[in-house]
Amino acid sequence: MDYSFNFRPVFNNFDMLLEGALLTLELSAITMMLGLMVGTLGAAIKIWGPRPARLLVGAYVNFIRNTPLLVQLFIVYFGLPSIGIRLAAPDAAVLGLTIYLGAYATEIIRAGIQAIPKSQIEAGLCLGLSYLQVFRYVIIVPALQVVYPALVSQFILLMLGTSLVSFISAKELFHTALFLDSRTFLPFEIYLVVSLMYLAMSLGFRALFAVIGHFIFTPTRG
Amino acid sequence: MLRELGVDDFILLLTGAQWTILLSLVAFVGGGLIGLFTAIARSLGPLPLRWLAAGYIQVVQGTPLLGQLFLFYYGFSIFGFDVSAFIAVSTAMILFSGAFLGDIWRGCIESVPETQWEASEALGLSFTEQLRYVILPQAVQVAIPPTVGFMAQIVKNTSLAALVGFVDLLRMGQLVTAATFEPFAVYMIVALMYFSLCYPLSVWSYHLERKLNVADPN
Repeated sequence: MDYSFNFRPVFNNFDMLLEGALLTLELSAITMMLGLMVGTLGAAIKIWGPRPARLLVGAYVNFIRNTPLLVQLFIVYFGLPSIGIRLAAPDAAVLGLTIYLGAYATEIIRAGIQAIPKSQIEAGLCLGLSYLQVFRYVIIVPALQVVYPALVSQFILLMLGTSLVSFISAKELFHTALFLDSRTFLPFEIYLVVSLMYLAMSLGFRALFAVIGHFIFTPTRG
Repeated sequence: MLRELGVDDFILLLTGAQWTILLSLVAFVGGGLIGLFTAIARSLGPLPLRWLAAGYIQVVQGTPLLGQLFLFYYGFSIFGFDVSAFIAVSTAMILFSGAFLGDIWRGCIESVPETQWEASEALGLSFTEQLRYVILPQAVQVAIPPTVGFMAQIVKNTSLAALVGFVDLLRMGQLVTAATFEPFAVYMIVALMYFSLCYPLSVWSYHLERKLNVADPN
């Protein structure tokens, strides 16, 4: 091997990479919140909705879960304009990622809700709570607690998946990597450093979610 | 010169799909072998080996597959190997699948109750006999549904190979789009082709899981 590694240009541009990482974190955070909302709504419809709505949500979940994210992003960004829906790259990225995460979140949250014993819901209604209160206090929070680990894993997969939006020209960490690659011709060094930055972010997210889980959920007894 | 989207394009996409299937099979078989070693090392190996396996799983699961693909794509040539895109992409996909399968199977091995180890040890079985006749047969039963489910993940993830120029189903979709300028129709067809590969696997996995839970209500 007569290749000598040259990390200097990569670290000279480290502020650009950090900026990219910040955009990745921002994009991930926005999508996680939107995806959680879509997932909660989807799960509620799948369990209590009228039959046509249930079938529709089921088709959405199956279609998204059985096609690649990259293809979904291409459909949103390159495909939709030819049927008259033109989105700017960042909007297409958020929309595509939300549709993607929403489908997985729907399935995860549905499983969580169905793990709540029916008698608990009845008990809540007996205590005079409104349907909304029952949903808020008896169903959704305990359901999210049950599936929290699965949800966190999905969130981290999403954060890693945001790297794909660089190929629909949305700006984030991997987009910066592609740019630096084209300018410095040091692909190996750049993708190595960037991959390690993603690793740091996924470990960071895991730690952060452990702390968040600690604060929002009451510890289970027994 | 643009042309109409036609039957020929559909056939082109199918030839791309062949490469997607081949790459998926390579990733699954290669990843399965590595995954088996990783799972055993992670759950039963001596401490340093356990850490090594855990580190491998952590690194692969904590970095984007896209980064891994690019590293292998450029890494091979830097280290002096002149390999085709298929080899580079296969290597990345094998290591990716190996880490995930290793993690899935580790859970399956650890799901076999401790008492099974104790009982088989009491019967005088050696470590390899315990593994071969008592632990793995039970672990495999638990492992089949999530493994089939992960096969669908592999098929989907091979689509990233298109980004380094490997002509799989998605890359063929890009080429056909460039020739016909019908991105919506082409990418929808591409999506449906991926769907027809993945959906049967997902459904199969779901049914296997239900059957498993009927057999063992716990």
